[in-house]
Amino acid sequence: MLGRIHSLESFSTVDGPGIRYVVFMQGCNLRCKFCHNPDTWSSSCGNLMSSDELLEKILSVKEYLFNSNGGVTFTGGEPLLQIDFLIEICSKLKEHGIHIAIDTAGDFDYSNEKIDKLCEYVDLFLYDIKHIDNIEHKNLTGVFNRNILSLAEHISNVKKIPMWIRIVYIPGITDKGDSLDRYKKFISTLKSVEKIEILPYHEMGKYKWKELGLKYELENIKIPDDADCKRIHDYLTN
Amino acid sequence: MEEIKEWKGFDDGIWRDKIDVRDFIINNYTKYEGDDSFLKGPTEKTKKLWEIVSNLLKEETKKGGVLDADTSVISNILSHKAGYIDKDLEIIVGLQTEKPLKRAFMPNGGIRTAVKALEQYGYSVDKEVEHIFTEYRKTHNQGVFDAYTAQMRACRKNGIITGLPDAYSRGRIIGDYRRVALYGTAKLIEEKIKDKEELEFALMDEENIRRREEMAEQINALNELTQMANEYGFDISKPAADAKEAIQWTYFGYLGAIKEQNGAAMSIGRISTFLDIYIQRDIEAGKLTEEEAQELMDQLIIKLRIVRFMRTKEYSALFAGDPNWVTESIGGMNNNGDTLVTKNSFRILQTLFNLGPAPEPNLTVLWSNKLPEGFKKFASKVSIRTSSIQYENDDLMRQYYGDDYSIACCVSPMRTGKQMQFFGARCNLAKSLLYALNSGKDEITGVQVGPVLKEITTEYLDYDDVMERLEEIFDWVAKVYVDALNIIHYMHDKYAYERLEMALHDKDIHRTMACGIAGLSVVADSLSAIKYAKVKPIKDERGIIVDFDVEGDFPCFGNDDNRVDKIAIDIQTMFMNKIREQKTYRNSEPTMSILTITSNVVYGEKTGTTPDGRKKGEPFAPGANPMYHREKQGIIAALNSVAKLDFEESKDGISYTFTMTPSVLGKTEDEKVETLKVLLDSYFEKTGHHININVLDREVLLDAMDHPEKYPQLTIRVSGYAVNFVKLSKKHQLDIISRTFHDVK
Repeated sequence: MLGRIHSLESFSTVDGPGIRYVVFMQGCNLRCKFCHNPDTWSSSCGNLMSSDELLEKILSVKEYLFNSNGGVTFTGGEPLLQIDFLIEICSKLKEHGIHIAIDTAGDFDYSNEKIDKLCEYVDLFLYDIKHIDNIEHKNLTGVFNRNILSLAEHISNVKKIPMWIRIVYIPGITDKGDSLDRYKKFISTLKSVEKIEILPYHEMGKYKWKELGLKYELENIKIPDDADCKRIHDYLTN
Repeated sequence: MEEIKEWKGFDDGIWRDKIDVRDFIINNYTKYEGDDSFLKGPTEKTKKLWEIVSNLLKEETKKGGVLDADTSVISNILSHKAGYIDKDLEIIVGLQTEKPLKRAFMPNGGIRTAVKALEQYGYSVDKEVEHIFTEYRKTHNQGVFDAYTAQMRACRKNGIITGLPDAYSRGRIIGDYRRVALYGTAKLIEEKIKDKEELEFALMDEENIRRREEMAEQINALNELTQMANEYGFDISKPAADAKEAIQWTYFGYLGAIKEQNGAAMSIGRISTFLDIYIQRDIEAGKLTEEEAQELMDQLIIKLRIVRFMRTKEYSALFAGDPNWVTESIGGMNNNGDTLVTKNSFRILQTLFNLGPAPEPNLTVLWSNKLPEGFKKFASKVSIRTSSIQYENDDLMRQYYGDDYSIACCVSPMRTGKQMQFFGARCNLAKSLLYALNSGKDEITGVQVGPVLKEITTEYLDYDDVMERLEEIFDWVAKVYVDALNIIHYMHDKYAYERLEMALHDKDIHRTMACGIAGLSVVADSLSAIKYAKVKPIKDERGIIVDFDVEGDFPCFGNDDNRVDKIAIDIQTMFMNKIREQKTYRNSEPTMSILTITSNVVYGEKTGTTPDGRKKGEPFAPGANPMYHREKQGIIAALNSVAKLDFEESKDGISYTFTMTPSVLGKTEDEKVETLKVLLDSYFEKTGHHININVLDREVLLDAMDHPEKYPQLTIRVSGYAVNFVKLSKKHQLDIISRTFHDVK
């Protein structure tokens, strides 16, 4: 089967445990206003690659992955949009004992049994919750978060797959009103959460919007520093 | 057996009966598998001494790179009286001349070069001395040019073969300086006399005549070395009795060598674990503390940091930053599967903290996956903080060179005291490719340098056709190249023989003819373009191809893509095979390195536009590096491409210079250390041979260009060695800044 790949990055230390081989999948169903990879949105760009080709590439770095207790991370775009391809490549990777993480925004029907199939292979979900409030989520990403929260519950509480929650901290939006308390409350219902990562909002992808002829709507956002992120992190974890 | 009191407490072994330093080490060293917590900072004495030296170094920089130079004394082992920096502060003594940083006059490599070097820095050579070396005493350089053929001169002039040691001393020979400490010179002389006697009744053919003369020279050199040490008040005819003497004796051996030879690379060998045996013995006997042990090592390193030779500006253009390759090989494993890491492997790296970072000595960690974790982590930490270490694959080299080899220069392994090489600089492969396309004409000068080939008449270049042409050029250039090297080394043996270094070798030694190539990634990417895209050559009015139209994409070396990586390996193998076909001087074994030092800049200047998109005059990537910014899939993919190159086809070493930002390795220092350790473990597991590790932000280098005074000790690894960044020319600084800095995406 062919997958549509935006790009490959052979080394990352920020996309899961250890050294990660990162597969950026092409295509996304969210339109996050803060997205730093808008070039991964379209489902018609990217390169087609077979699961065997991709497998070969990943196996050629396996020493690095094993020596660091790392693995592969599928991100995007939204990897779940190509769930059939994911199932195929992940089943092959598993035969080689490679740790698999999937970085998803989670807008996928939890009752679709393909998710259960995928969960047989996945070791970790990096689960992005863009906003805890349904309306704010829609404003920020173009979609509601109902599916997302349901899928999180399914993966965490039913399938019991380890999960890292990832939140991009956008001052004034992420922490609007009682949002942080609601985040905290929801996360507390998830049983497999190992870690919460607060990623600082940044504008390093802004130039890509311009290149693509898109208008970048977020304005006057204060770029958070490490201390700001730590504060949010501490609030959510204590 | 006679009891030698200096050897008291050492285990038995065959080393007692015959000269065998390796056997001594294996029988006596104490491996260390702990962490760095035992290490000590610098003593007051060391700090004061280093402050004096630092000020001298600043003055040297201020004066344009040379603090002082001899213009009339011809340097040899005994040419100068004892010299000191500050006698009260120095624990290890000995200088090349009577003053620190004063450069000696060494005309044997070539009088013209020696005179020119002095003149370029505002000195003029004593007329009588110049007269003697011009009228009465021939030098290496003149010998070479007397014998060079017209074709060799043309190749040299047009830059297809460059950097040849035909006007400077070849270097890359490592005396086993440890022998001076372990045995004392009296015993070494006795053994050499015995060796010579063995040839008493041999047939006096050319080789035996030469050997007898060489042995006589070696014996003279050892006698002179003994006298030199006497000047400093030490009797090195006897073995060293304690740690201080062992370090002092070893250093004297090295000092004698650098007083007489200004070789391009003057490596010190593999001394740290050897010296640990003496340190350990003294510590156990309660005669030495850890502070004192570190002080001894710090003081030795200060001496190695101020080794100086007088170089021309042309030489510095090739080998930038005033390097001497005082290469020390650290760690590794022994043949029994035990690590050779000792506490002294830590102490020598600790000098980078105690004295601050520095390019010399060229600290080289022999890495094995089986090295103790504590040492792996410490080396990684030192790399992250100082960017001063290079790493080479011990598991790979041990198979060929055993467990007592040293690295000469950057990447050249050789069995210590048993093997030497004939340094051969390198052949410009990118230019070779252009000769293949231009029917042997130089693309810049237009001169017919190489053989005449059929004109290319097709609109687009055809891969198979180009490969055939390239092979014809390789056939031709490999012959001219090795023949030139044969002449060079014949003359060097004749006019500038390394008598002391060779006195610290066995009688029967293995020699290699160490050829080299430059521009491998340029050629691989160019051929990839021809194979996978469409390449239309564009000729100028001379009918010479000076540019290319490239339609379509093609894979580039450095992305773990076999389509192009395979081409790189094919080229590597093809050229090595051409080298193997040649007859070599003294039946040396032909080998090859993929290493450019910093000459990638000069080679680039002399080479026209290539089909990969590199424009005329632009630098090549150094060594085996992928071309800058063509590594699109990140760190591991780049490492994998280089690791695929075949060590069997480049046994003189494959150099990779790698720069990454601190943040790409992780957030905390512990994370960074762990990541770097894994990168090294895995790269070497994938059979990579060598890697220079720089952990730096580009902004630091940019700031250092504007404010050099803020960064007197900023060190960066360039290509098999390290430099003081602020000492580089602007051109070399810009080359380094334009290299790939692997960063967080």
